[in-house]
Amino acid sequence: MAVETAAKEKKQKKERVRMPEQAPKVRARNFIEVPTGYTPEMAKEEASRCLQCKNPGCVDGCPVGIDIPGFIKLILEGNFTQSIRHIWKQNSLPAVCGRVCPQESQCEGKCILAKKGEPVAIGNLERFAADWERANGTGALPPTAPATGKRIAVVGAGPAGLTVAGDLIQKGHDVSVFEAFHKPGGVLLYGIPEFRLPKDIVAQEVNFLERLGVKVECNAVVGRTVSLDELFEEGYQAIFLGLGAGLPKFMNIPGENLVGVLSANEYLTRANLMKAYLFPKVDTPIPRGKDVVVLGGGNVAMDSARTALRLGADRVRLVYRRSRDEMPARAAEAHHAEEEGIEFFLLTNPTRYIGNEKGRLTGMECIKMELGEPDASGRRRPVPVKGSEIELPCDLCIVAVGTGANPLLTSSTPDLKINKWGYIEADPKTGKTLKKGVWAGGDIVTGSATVILAMGAGRNAANSIHDYLMRGW
Amino acid sequence: MFKIVKREEMSQGTVVLNEIAAPLIAKKAKPGQFVILKANETGERIPLTMAYTDAQKGIIAVIYQVVGKSTALFKTLKVGEGYQDAIGPLGKATHIEKLGKVVCVGGGTGVAVLHPITRGMKEAGNHVTAVIGARTKDLLILEDFMRAASHELHVCTDDGSYGRHGFVTHALKDILDKEKINLVVAIGPVPMMKFVSKLTKEYNVPTMVSLNPIMVDGTGMCGGCRVSVGGKTKFACVDGPEFDGHQVDFDELMLRLQAYCEDEKACHNEFCRMEEMGRK
Repeated sequence: MAVETAAKEKKQKKERVRMPEQAPKVRARNFIEVPTGYTPEMAKEEASRCLQCKNPGCVDGCPVGIDIPGFIKLILEGNFTQSIRHIWKQNSLPAVCGRVCPQESQCEGKCILAKKGEPVAIGNLERFAADWERANGTGALPPTAPATGKRIAVVGAGPAGLTVAGDLIQKGHDVSVFEAFHKPGGVLLYGIPEFRLPKDIVAQEVNFLERLGVKVECNAVVGRTVSLDELFEEGYQAIFLGLGAGLPKFMNIPGENLVGVLSANEYLTRANLMKAYLFPKVDTPIPRGKDVVVLGGGNVAMDSARTALRLGADRVRLVYRRSRDEMPARAAEAHHAEEEGIEFFLLTNPTRYIGNEKGRLTGMECIKMELGEPDASGRRRPVPVKGSEIELPCDLCIVAVGTGANPLLTSSTPDLKINKWGYIEADPKTGKTLKKGVWAGGDIVTGSATVILAMGAGRNAANSIHDYLMRGW
Repeated sequence: MFKIVKREEMSQGTVVLNEIAAPLIAKKAKPGQFVILKANETGERIPLTMAYTDAQKGIIAVIYQVVGKSTALFKTLKVGEGYQDAIGPLGKATHIEKLGKVVCVGGGTGVAVLHPITRGMKEAGNHVTAVIGARTKDLLILEDFMRAASHELHVCTDDGSYGRHGFVTHALKDILDKEKINLVVAIGPVPMMKFVSKLTKEYNVPTMVSLNPIMVDGTGMCGGCRVSVGGKTKFACVDGPEFDGHQVDFDELMLRLQAYCEDEKACHNEFCRMEEMGRK
């Protein structure tokens, strides 16, 4: 006992291995990924900090239940090939999750080491295992179950849909993914910027699924190009809807349709999916603001602000109506943004946009806020401070105040039940909708959330679909 | 790839027709709906309202005017070549019903979009008068198609080189003065739709216009295509592309269409220069 405690104390003293990253001033002007990754030595060193708890909190904190101590032990032993295979059992997108999961509120938040110091860098280690496999792996695929002959259509090639596809193909089913955009990846592709999640990683994760046998059909707008009932007629026995929450919200304040006011969806889709930061080498343009204001305090706001900086802005201000504590962004993103020189205007709310005679944005008026009583979300409601209006000059404003449910499919599928916000009603445990043979998960059920929560919903739905196909509704 | 099976140049080569093999889209498309085309890997997503479709042959047709780099690139595509991506059908279909007397007014490539609507209105049992216009005779498109699709056709040219000398609004005004019209459908350049709507408002005749603002995804995701209709913001891609012309803020739409004007000009000039060099 005494020996074990001593060992634990010794391990605790080891400092968390920092992942090297580009210097803030340098990276703020390029689109190359910010953290550059662990070397094998760094990974082993960090893996050695894990206490291999018997009842690990980290696993409970993971929405897809990865055996975290298990894969970390394999890294420590230098068995990187087995480590990634161990992760694959629970997660088909590890290179993505290692980069974009909010680990501090999930696995790492529950790490025993977090009580006294810094938790094991689980996200960094997951990323390392996935990156190592990509660079050095044999390309050997995990085993799949014998073919069942059952056909499944997955609508939406984002994190939820790709998880369902990965799980069900490994269970021996025939899976086709239908994607409305011209490339698969969903938010991983159009939403999250290159400097946070390189697009060739997304492409490789999708390619991994294709090598397992998943068919991906792009340019297929389900609800328009083909309906759910037609998919059933074509012989699909189950359908999973991972449509995402695609409808951008605006502030509904005067001047919102001035040229220079863009939704974060539009701005990021231009930059990420269309690679407009390379314009004119690619044909899609993007406004390059010199003085940029971003509205919102989530990850999407951080991504927009940091993109604006990389597109040559002199100044980027992030306007958020609550205080720093309420900011929904991942801590690492807010930290990176600040390091790069993004200015946070907290407790500030826009009241109107100001434009010139050409209909172009020249500034915006904001009002200072103070925190009042807690609202329905439990966060203290911001209330305007009378007479505190300020004017911020700007030539580009990116609105990142959330998204709503896209009605494109649900409005053309009347037997899918939706709630008052337009999200699809689905059983929270299984993802079953009220339409027979149809499951849904991710943002189209919960409203905008995280990649890993969508993947968790995909995992549950995949299990439920498997049960249905083998046993019945 | 979505292969081009037929290609035709019109209007002195400034307007191009493509019939494209896209069976899934052709099967579903209805008059008034649009597709998004992307020529190649680095291409832009360009929304174009379909001129006609043939479900049996599995083809869709678009008629576009060469205005910038992307449409100039489209123009280089030959029969047998094609578009890397075609997405659709998108937007709401035209609401076609028997109303009585309908006037369909078209200008520029808007005539291409107007044509299937005109035919649909006639087939629904309406008496259809069509008015089409262009700057000059050589720029007119689809005259014969429009004649066949309507009961009577009026042609106008701004310079008087063909048909009636004047704008489509002049011909329309004469019709409105003469008889009670139940619906006007106007599709063409934004100023044309603006002035048609202004005119029909005076006569209190319901007017439908089809808008083609800047958009990226065409499925309601980006909000780039927002237009003010009756003081409310609408997304042309999912709420439209057709709207009540009396409610649309055309001035705002014109400003919004200029958003990337300078970038586009630079990009287009560079493309033309490279094309020129290629030819030499």
